[in-house]
Amino acid sequence: MSLRGKTAIAGLGITKMGKNYAHSNALGFATEALELALADAGLLRSDLDGVLVNPGLTWGSDVMASYTLQQAMGIRNVRLTATTNLGGASAAALVMHAAMAIDAGMASTVACLFADAPLKPPRPNAKGTGGGAAYGFARGLDAAYGLYGANSGYAMVAQRHMHVYGTTSDQLGAIAVAERKWANLNPMAEFHREPLTIEDYRNSRWVAEPLHLYDCCLVSNGAVCVIVTSAERARDLKKPPVYILGMGQGHPGDDPVETLSSGAPMAKQTAFKMAGVELKDIDVVEFYDCYTITVLITLEDYGFCAKGEGGPFVADGRIGPGGSLPVNTGGGQLSAYYMWGMTPLSEGVIQIRGEGGARQVPKHDLCVVSGNGGVLWTHSTLVLGASA
Amino acid sequence: MAEIVRPIPEITPELRPFFEASKNGQLVVQKCNGCGALRFPPRRLCANCLSRESSWTPVSGEGEVYSFIIMHRVYHPAFATQVPYAVATIKLKEGVRMLSNVIGIDPHAIRCGMPVRVCFEKLNDEVNLPMFRPAADAA
Repeated sequence: MSLRGKTAIAGLGITKMGKNYAHSNALGFATEALELALADAGLLRSDLDGVLVNPGLTWGSDVMASYTLQQAMGIRNVRLTATTNLGGASAAALVMHAAMAIDAGMASTVACLFADAPLKPPRPNAKGTGGGAAYGFARGLDAAYGLYGANSGYAMVAQRHMHVYGTTSDQLGAIAVAERKWANLNPMAEFHREPLTIEDYRNSRWVAEPLHLYDCCLVSNGAVCVIVTSAERARDLKKPPVYILGMGQGHPGDDPVETLSSGAPMAKQTAFKMAGVELKDIDVVEFYDCYTITVLITLEDYGFCAKGEGGPFVADGRIGPGGSLPVNTGGGQLSAYYMWGMTPLSEGVIQIRGEGGARQVPKHDLCVVSGNGGVLWTHSTLVLGASA
Repeated sequence: MAEIVRPIPEITPELRPFFEASKNGQLVVQKCNGCGALRFPPRRLCANCLSRESSWTPVSGEGEVYSFIIMHRVYHPAFATQVPYAVATIKLKEGVRMLSNVIGIDPHAIRCGMPVRVCFEKLNDEVNLPMFRPAADAA
């Protein structure tokens, strides 16, 4: 009764990313990404009977985002809808819900979507575009102690990882540099034209020490949509099917500052068992990378190296272009675009299809995609494949 | 001292015993009446045994830096004269961890595992904010 290979991703829609003000709100970007995904798959909106949405920060009080999107797009007779939030683990979770519903006969073709619009167009006399403000709130004792921003939780984890395992700033920097090299090969990446050296990394300002600016993800406007359908149907559509071979989640409920670990070991076990694969079978890795430390810990948690050895593992550039383990081949959220879990998922779809252009990895039969939410609180895993 | 004071935390009903004790120079944390587990910040429900009964108990105020970060960006004007400053997770001798500041030391000299002791900074008549100093500075 395994769901291995029963469903596939048949469509992918990615809007222009970053300081994109084509729409004034997240819903606007959502409609564009959904249209792009339908066109990519060769489907019409009337083919959809499922709409699953992970709203970003700026959907605000719209607690029924998926229905709002259905209305906005004039989609009739939807059989499956949900607005879901596991933070950055959501995108892969939406795909899981879609795959399970399709297998259960509850829906046939499901759009899974993330959209956000935290950046505002520059105004005269205004500093910046508000990306920091969107993620820089604090209240109560946190505010009294001067603890602001989403960066602090991961900075605490990074400092502790450095203390316990001897991880260095330059090792985190190696992740930032490797991902930037990938981004330099990806025309969709916000940092496509800007190289990054380890010296640039060291000289970049502290955001929350021990995290430099380039340890931290971008903040982006935009939306990404993937369309999930049965493997059978996907084979008749425009693009090569990206088969969903394995799916899993893990949410340990511990304090990651103490465990220095994520829910990946749990999620991976379920997903890899379903897919019938082992780590050595994986050709390309797309890991959630809100911060460099997230990538390092996720590499450890999947078993690419032992716990605590993530620093030396990444230090030699092996995860960059030309290295032995291609990780975050589009530049990730650090250097391409910040679409929460849709960033690694979208790049996984591109790589499996072989649409990666200059950044395409030569062997791309199997890809592992991770999602991660909060401060290593929630975790989701997908194993994607070129054949079922 | 700068004129702009740091954001005054709201004295919520849940935090009132904490601030009352702080006014008298006493650090307290919440204690579950069911299983005895210590916790901070306060919660209604014990995540360990699910008891809703709790009380407040004094703690030594001695502990160690469990992890810390150094803030360089000014998010609130009160911290413009403070940066760079350290925000730390303090692990108290009693085992419970709490967020605070480590003061009285160059933030770059702070290390995980460093022994610290509580001190208090008066923000106004109602709020004496607990902070930590290196234990080596005998109080």
